[in-house]
Amino acid sequence: MSTTELHVHNPVEDLLRQDRVPTIWCPGCGIGTTVNSFAHALLGQQINLQKTAIVSGIGCSGRVSGYMNLDSFHTTHGRAIPFATGLKLANPELTVIVYSGDGDLTSIGGNHLIHAARRNMDIMVVCVNNMIYAMTGGQAAATTPGASNSTTTPYGAFEPELNMAQLVDAAGACFVARWTAFHVMQLERTMAKALKKKGFRFIEILSPCPTYYQRKNNMGDALAAMVDYKKRSKIKNGCPTWETALEPGGEIVVGEFVDREREDYLTRMRRQLGSHYSEFPPQPEEQESEGCEKEC
Amino acid sequence: MLKELRIAGFGGQGVILAAHILGRAVSIHEGGYATMTQNYGPEARGGAASAALVVSDQPVLYPYAVSLDVLVAMSSEAYTRFVPEVREGGMLLVEEDLVPLDQKAQHLRVYGIPATRLAEELGKKMVLNVIMVGFFCAITGIVVRDAAMKSVKDAVPARFLDLNLKAFERGYEYGVELLAKGPAKGEQQMAVPQEAEV
Amino acid sequence: MKADQRCVMTGTHFINGDAACCEGALSAGARFAAGYPITPSTEIVERFAARAPQVGGLFIQMEDELASSIAIQGMVWGGQKSFTVTSGPGYSLMMEHIGLAAISETPCVFVDVQRGGPSTGLPTLPAQGDMMQARFGSHGDYVTIAICPNSPQECYDLTVKCFNLAEKFRVPVMFMMDECVGHMTEKVVIPPAEEIDLYPRRHASKPPGEFQLFEAGEELVPEMAHAGEGYKLYVTGLTHDKRGYPALNPAAQRELVGRLFEKIRRAQDELTMVEAEGLEDADVVVVSYGITSRVAQKAIQAARDKGLKVGKLRLICVWPFPEKLIRELAGKVKALVMPELNMGQVVLELERCAGGQCKVIGVPHPGGTVHKPVEILEAIERGAR
Ligand SMILES: Cc1ncc(C[n+]2csc(CCOP(=O)(O)OP(=O)(O)O)c2C)c(N)n1
Ligand code: SF4
Ligand SMILES: [Mg+2]
Repeated sequence: MSTTELHVHNPVEDLLRQDRVPTIWCPGCGIGTTVNSFAHALLGQQINLQKTAIVSGIGCSGRVSGYMNLDSFHTTHGRAIPFATGLKLANPELTVIVYSGDGDLTSIGGNHLIHAARRNMDIMVVCVNNMIYAMTGGQAAATTPGASNSTTTPYGAFEPELNMAQLVDAAGACFVARWTAFHVMQLERTMAKALKKKGFRFIEILSPCPTYYQRKNNMGDALAAMVDYKKRSKIKNGCPTWETALEPGGEIVVGEFVDREREDYLTRMRRQLGSHYSEFPPQPEEQESEGCEKEC
Repeated sequence: MLKELRIAGFGGQGVILAAHILGRAVSIHEGGYATMTQNYGPEARGGAASAALVVSDQPVLYPYAVSLDVLVAMSSEAYTRFVPEVREGGMLLVEEDLVPLDQKAQHLRVYGIPATRLAEELGKKMVLNVIMVGFFCAITGIVVRDAAMKSVKDAVPARFLDLNLKAFERGYEYGVELLAKGPAKGEQQMAVPQEAEV
Repeated sequence: MKADQRCVMTGTHFINGDAACCEGALSAGARFAAGYPITPSTEIVERFAARAPQVGGLFIQMEDELASSIAIQGMVWGGQKSFTVTSGPGYSLMMEHIGLAAISETPCVFVDVQRGGPSTGLPTLPAQGDMMQARFGSHGDYVTIAICPNSPQECYDLTVKCFNLAEKFRVPVMFMMDECVGHMTEKVVIPPAEEIDLYPRRHASKPPGEFQLFEAGEELVPEMAHAGEGYKLYVTGLTHDKRGYPALNPAAQRELVGRLFEKIRRAQDELTMVEAEGLEDADVVVVSYGITSRVAQKAIQAARDKGLKVGKLRLICVWPFPEKLIRELAGKVKALVMPELNMGQVVLELERCAGGQCKVIGVPHPGGTVHKPVEILEAIERGAR
C-alpha cells in the first residue's frame, strides 16, 4: 500500500494527530473522506473534545481512531463495541464513538453489534463499508455483494450480503443512517445529529477501496466509484430498513432511516434500580449484617 | 477430633441451610473448623439436595466427606444413595416418616424423628430443617446447643426467628427424650428389618 | 492507600469461595465487572450483580466472554477497577484479550474457576488444567501473574492481592481458583477497611503535553491516565513506542516486549509467594498449589508418621514460577513431588528448574475430584527411596 496525505486543512487539523500523518491509506481510499466529514461534524457541534473517546477494531478503517486527536483506543478485531461499552459504563460523561470496518463490525464482531443495539448502549458507531476485508488484502466479507470477486471468492461470492441497517434497526438501534463517501455534506450533517443523540446510533458509509474491491471487480478508480455512487444512490429518509438492501449494481438507498426515542442502557438501569442504586455507597453499619440469607 | 457428616434430602426441605447452620456454628461460634461442600450439576437436579460437612478442632485439609460419621437422611432417595457412605458403627438420623429403612442400616446406630409432622405442629412445614438441626445436636453432641442456636439466629430472617428457635428446641427436646428412654449405645432406636422387604 | 469501608463487608462469615472472591474484589475497590455465566464461576458475578449497585458500581452480562474480557479493559481505561470471571470454555475465549491487556498494560483481573476439561468437560467438578493456559494461552510473548487460592478465606485475601499486583505491575492477573475452592464453604474473616492495603493506580504525575503514556521509569512500569482527562491517550494492541503510537519494527518490539518481561522478572523475589515448612532437613519436598496443597498436607503428615523427612512448599503465586527457590531446593533434596489436578503441567516447569539435581515426581490426575492422599504418599515414598 502506498501512502498519501490526508487532504484536510484547518481547523480540522487540530482534530488529527499531525505527528501521525501521512496515513497508511491508499490514494483514492474513501476512509479519509469520511474522517473529514466526521471531524467537521465534531467541530460544528462543539462537543467537549476532552471528553470524547474513539474506539476502533482492526482493519484499514480500524486505523481511524489512531489518527484522531482524541482519546484513541485501537483494540482487537471485532471487539471495539464491547470495549466502548466498558468505557462508557465506567465513565458515562464520555462521548464514545466506535469507528471501524464492515468486516470488523458485522462479521467477527456481529454479535456485539446486535447486543449493543439491543441494549441501546449510548455509543455512536460509524461503519466504513468498503464491502471487503481490505487490510488483509481483499477477502470476502459478510457485506461483499453477491457474485463479487475477492481473493477468497475467485469465482464470485456465493453468499448474499448483509443489510446492516436492517440488522441494527431490528436489534433496537435508535438512530440508523447510510451515506456514501460521495455524500460528504449529508454525512457531516447526519454525524452531527447523531453525535447529539443519546442511545445506540449507527451510521454506515459506503466507501471505495480502489486497491482491492474496485480493482478485483473491474470497477475502476476512486473517481469511478464516486460516479457510480452518485448514479446509483437514491435519498430516502425514513425508508423502512427492509427496503434498503444493497443489491449488486442496484439502487443504493441512502438517508436517515431510523430516528426514534428509546431509553438507553444506563438510564434504564438507574430507573429500574431506583433505591437499590447508591451514588454514594452505604455506611458500614448498614452493611455489616451477618445474616446469611443471600449466602445460602 | 474430625467428623464427617452429610445432610441429604430433597429440594425445599432446607437441607443446605441445615448444613450451613451447623457449619457456621462450629466454625464461627465454637471456634472450630468446618468445611461444607455441596453436590452440583446433574446429580443435584431432579429435586435431590445434599451437603457434606467436615468438622474438626484442627484446620480441615481434605475437603470432602468420604466416610461418614453421621448421615442425616430426609428422603428415601437420600437414604439409599448415601447410606453406603456411612462408616461401620456410624450414626444415621432419619426423617422417620419419609425414610423406610432396610438392612443397609443394620450396622448403624439409627435415630428417627418425624420432623415434618413436628414442623407442621409448629405451624410451618418449612422449619423441619431446623428441627433436624436441633435433633442432630441432641443426639450427636457434635455441635454445641448454644452455638447452633446462635447460628440459627444468624441464618434466618428476623421475622421467622422465634419460630425457628422453637423448632430448634422441639428437635432438641425430642432427641434428648429419645436418648433418655433409649437402649444402650450401639443399639438401634428404630426397628431395622433384618431382610430386605423389597 | 486503604480500602473504602463502604465496600468492605467486615465481619466473620460462613461463605463459599466464589462469594469470598466477590467480596475480595469489592474490598479491592473493583465496583465494575463484566462477565458471561458459566459454572462453577457464576456465583461470583451473581453476588457481584447484587452488591455492585449498592456501592455505585455495576455488573454487565455481556454476550460472550470475548466481549466480557475486553469490556473490562474499557472500564479500566474509563477510570475504574474491573475484573471478569469465567471457567474453562470461557477462559479459552478470553485469550486474545489477555494479550491485549498485557501489551496495553491494562491492570485487570481474570478469575478462572477451573473445572474439568478439555471442552465442556466436567462443568461441576474441579481440575487445575488451565495452568499452562494462564501462562501461555494468548499468542505472542508476554508474562502474567497467576495466583492460586486453597480456601474461601484465600479466595477473599488473594483476590485483593490480585488487584494490588495488577495495579502495581500493570499486568492482567490470573486468579486461578478451582471448582472445589469456589464451591466450598468455610469461615471467612473480612477485616475492617483500615487493615486492607490497596495499591493505588499509577496515575499520570505529569500534565497532558508532558506525559508519555508508555514511558516507564525505574521500575519499568509506566503511569497511566484515563479517557476524558485531557491526555489524548493512544492505546493500541500493536507494538508501540513511548507515546503509544504504533511502531512496527524490530527495535520497538525488542524494547516493548523486553520491558514487559523485565518488569516482572526483576520483581521475582516479591512474587515468590510460597508457604514453606520443614524444608531444612527434608529428603522429599511436596510442591503443590491450590486445593491440591491441602490434600498434599494430609499426605505429608502421613509420611512423617512413617518417619520420612518431608517438607512442604505451597506455591501461592505459580506464575512467575519461583525459579530461584526451586533451583536451590533441588540441590538439597532427593526428590520433589508435585501433585496437580491435570496430566502434568506445572511439573514441567518444576523439572526444568530442578535441572536434573534431584528426582522430580509428578502425580498427575485428570480432575473431577481431588487426589487421594495415599496417591501422593506413594509418590513421597518413591522419592525417599
Ligand atoms: C482475530 C483476528 N482474526 C483475523 C484478523 C485479521 N484481520 C485484520 S483486519 C481484518 C479484516 C478487516 O476488514 P474490515 O473490518 O472490513 O476493515 P477494512 O480493512 O476493510 O477497512 C482481518 C480479517 C485479526 N486481526 N484478528
Ligand atoms: S486497501 Fe482499500 S480500504 Fe485499505 S487503505 Fe487502501 S483503499 Fe483504503
Ligand atoms: Mg472492509
